Amino acid sequence: MSIAPEQYIALSAVLFFIGVVGVIVRRNPLIMLMSIELLFNAANLAFVTFARVWSNIDGHIFAFLVITVAAAEAAIGLAIVAVTFRRTPHVDVDEVAALRG
Amino acid sequence: MIEFWILAILMIASAVFVISAKKPVYSVVGLLGNFIALAAMYLTLQAEFLAVMQIVVYSGAILILFVFVIALLSSGVTPFDVGPNRARGIGIPAAVFGVLALGAIVVTAIRSGIHAGAAPGGATGDAGVFGSVASFGASLFTTNLLPFEVTAFVLMVSVIGVVLIAGDEGPGGVPRRKKRRAIEREPIVKPIARVPR
Repeated sequence: MSIAPEQYIALSAVLFFIGVVGVIVRRNPLIMLMSIELLFNAANLAFVTFARVWSNIDGHIFAFLVITVAAAEAAIGLAIVAVTFRRTPHVDVDEVAALRG
Repeated sequence: MIEFWILAILMIASAVFVISAKKPVYSVVGLLGNFIALAAMYLTLQAEFLAVMQIVVYSGAILILFVFVIALLSSGVTPFDVGPNRARGIGIPAAVFGVLALGAIVVTAIRSGIHAGAAPGGATGDAGVFGSVASFGASLFTTNLLPFEVTAFVLMVSVIGVVLIAGDEGPGGVPRRKKRRAIEREPIVKPIARVPR
């Protein structure tokens, strides 16, 4: 079995780039959260690729921890979105100022 | 390697669909395709346990959470629709710099010469050992036991945070706890206390 780590890393970079564009360009906070999930997944793909290249299981552990943090982030982010939209029915993150310091 | 290209095209197409869909529900569908393709990609990298975790946690828990929140928000009076994108003054420079950074990453990854044979120990040809549930669990519960327990703490903190953020008020912004009755009771008590003054 021959693996080509460069291809996997390049794919991870492409997915990360797509996620960054989604976070920057979209104004809907739900789609921004989904783009953040894309970022997490791109990082996970890089972790798993390096674990495979170096034959070290620690990359899998890192990916597991990232999945956990992503679950916590999604829960809290969606709670904030739900509470914010219950008060002001806007779907535009540029107009929401409730959390502004 | 044909499966890599099929999965890569699927993942890129679904990711582009996620960030370009009109409604968040369509984005969720695109995200589902991306997650399943990524799970299959984990299988090509001998990460069996992570592939299962990807489907169970992401496709089973996080996506359902997204669907619930979208359904909750779109059940209001106003139709839940997407706002316009940000100003193109932000989008176009972001895309240009993003493409440049992407090219730098790809070129660096190709030129840096990471090869499987050059790694210390080399890649294991043993398909049944590396990345299996047994090896993953052995590492997780011996070497990395502390991070695993910290994971439980992080999840507990997030659950408490969600309850504190979203659990305080019912629909319509009315506090679910009976704070108003306590306020109404205050005048009953206070005049009696103020009488001696």
